[in-house]
Amino acid sequence: MSVLVFAESVDGKFKKSTLEAVSYAKETATLLGTKTIAVSIGNVAEADLKALGNNGAEAVYAINLDKFTPEAYSAAIAEVAKKENAQAVIISNTYSGKSVAPRVAVKLDAGIASGVVSLPNTSNGFVVRKGVFSGKAFADVAVTTAVKVIAITPNSYQINTYGGEAAVINHETQLGADAWKTQTVEVNRVTGKIPLTEAELVVSAGRGMKGPENWGMIEELASVLGAATACSKPVSDMHWRPHDEHVGQTGITIKPNLYIAIGISGAIQHLAGVSSSKVIVAVNKDPEAPFFKAADYGIVGDAFEVVPKLIEAAKKLKASTSN
Amino acid sequence: MKILVCISVVPDTTTKITFTDNNTKFNTAGVQFIINPYDELALTRALEITEASSGTVTAINVGLADAEANIRKALAIGAHDAVRINANPTDAFFVAAEIAAYAKDKGFDLILTGRESIDYNGGLVCGLLAEMLGIPSVNVVTKIDVAGGEATLVRDIDGGKETVKVALPIVASAQKELTEPRIPNMRGIMAARTKPLAVVEPAANKVSSAFNAFELPAAKAGCKMIAAENAGELIELLHTEAKVI
Ligand SMILES: Cc1cc2nc3c(=O)[nH]c(=O)nc-3n(C[C@H](O)[C@H](O)[C@H](O)COP(=O)(O)OP(=O)(O)OC[C@H]3O[C@@H](n4cnc5c(N)ncnc54)[C@H](O)[C@@H]3O)c2cc1C
Ligand SMILES: Nc1ncnc2c1ncn2[C@@H]1O[C@H](COP(=O)(O)O)[C@@H](O)[C@H]1O
Repeated sequence: MSVLVFAESVDGKFKKSTLEAVSYAKETATLLGTKTIAVSIGNVAEADLKALGNNGAEAVYAINLDKFTPEAYSAAIAEVAKKENAQAVIISNTYSGKSVAPRVAVKLDAGIASGVVSLPNTSNGFVVRKGVFSGKAFADVAVTTAVKVIAITPNSYQINTYGGEAAVINHETQLGADAWKTQTVEVNRVTGKIPLTEAELVVSAGRGMKGPENWGMIEELASVLGAATACSKPVSDMHWRPHDEHVGQTGITIKPNLYIAIGISGAIQHLAGVSSSKVIVAVNKDPEAPFFKAADYGIVGDAFEVVPKLIEAAKKLKASTSN
Repeated sequence: MKILVCISVVPDTTTKITFTDNNTKFNTAGVQFIINPYDELALTRALEITEASSGTVTAINVGLADAEANIRKALAIGAHDAVRINANPTDAFFVAAEIAAYAKDKGFDLILTGRESIDYNGGLVCGLLAEMLGIPSVNVVTKIDVAGGEATLVRDIDGGKETVKVALPIVASAQKELTEPRIPNMRGIMAARTKPLAVVEPAANKVSSAFNAFELPAAKAGCKMIAAENAGELIELLHTEAKVI
């Protein structure tokens, strides 16, 4: 028996969400009274593989596939899950994770819960909490099959450190041509930008900014804080900002530690995607804006006056905390 | 080209979510149901693809009879025919298993789903269905073009986009940007009344999870207001009080 965790890497480096998933897997394994095994696919340095031990993995399978397809990755993960007799497979709900997890579930005939935000409750079965209605509510889902696949939301579980090294098991897998039907033609990754889905801090702005030419101060505030940028739906619809910044019920659902909303009214569809954020700040010139009802901190004022003050204060703070 | 589009029926985005029966059931009283917005995009793109060459678009829903108003809407938008698998869609695995059982010997070239349903937000049916059918899946796509038995797709990846090529058949899930949704016109609505809508009994009946209880997020304790003149104080509070920066 074991709990298996997919240790996702990008360009040979583990992501923050991977360390969260390994920590989550370790706690789940403790609840189930079993061991934690990780599986890493791609070319990750030996030292990084071993370091997963610090987050709770006893062993890590290293599988060197040079390309990603959901078919190949799911086949490799399911193979190890069977070999290690896994009761639960933990996968981070990133774009890649989400494309792999359901295929793993079918291969293992496992029930699956995605968007999970809590450790399982194993006192009576195996029950996890997940976000539903795009952040408007939570549901407790009982997964009733012998094997379970759990896809956890990034930034919903902390990284634990236990000390120790994971044993590295180099593993060869034989995949058929079926696993490689999909061919990558081109990859466009925005470099130097924090992916919104994984960001701990997010600065977001809406139609109150009047036009795309005014986003300089939003980007500056985000950059001083080390935050990702996001926007409301009309802003991306009007092409003021790229679509992948659109948060809300029909955009991305996010769960950062801090969400700063500037010039966004706080429509129900917008709030749906951001209301799980730990701390919410609203900046709006209208004291009646609905966002203030969903916020922890609020400033009634003109964004064009408030934001420069925030930038100045944030710079000061960064200067004082960095020395 | 034979295209199958999976349609889920979900509460309208303005719905205030509440629960009944001691928080174990979603309260549908007064709720208006719509076609899941991503599925509408999938349907529209399917129609564009068949219009540009030739082919048919079938809409499929796993649901009870009350879903038929929205299935008719899919027909009014332009689907050629529709299928309803007569079952309560308990979870994504259940839905995918029913659609797979229906689709497996029908020769669909392309199966489209939405990126996720906006009610249970699984984002799972695309991958589950593809694995059950033993064909490739491409998740969260903002572009699909089909030519010569091959699809070229652009999909969202963490922090960017990827263009892929793959031979049909495949399952793909629609993301915003794929196209603009079509609104049914009068002619479409009239035509929809007589288009075929087959009702099929469930075949797989796969049970693997259950929704035990629901909970609304805890209400905010109240919003601490900071005067605009002293906006900088906010940063101080976020550092010392909220401890998030
Ligand atoms: C089916 C459907 C799905 C939707 N999905 C989403 C979604 O996923 N995400 C989403 O965001 N929306 C979504 N919407 C749209 C949503 O209903 C709102 O229309 C949208 O969120 C409003 O965007 P906004 O707050 O930027 O603009 P507005 O509503 O125009 O608000 C602008 C705000 O800026 C303030 N303001 C103006 N000038 C200033 C200034 N100088 N300084 C400070 N404040 C200022 C105003 O007081 C106002 O509150 C959806 C709608 C529908 C129908
Ligand atoms: N009951 C259903 N009937 C048909 N298709 C569905 C149903 N539920 C979900 N789907 C499809 O699967 C997609 C993803 O749903 P989900 O995995 O539940 O988030 C939806 O956008 C639909 O295309």
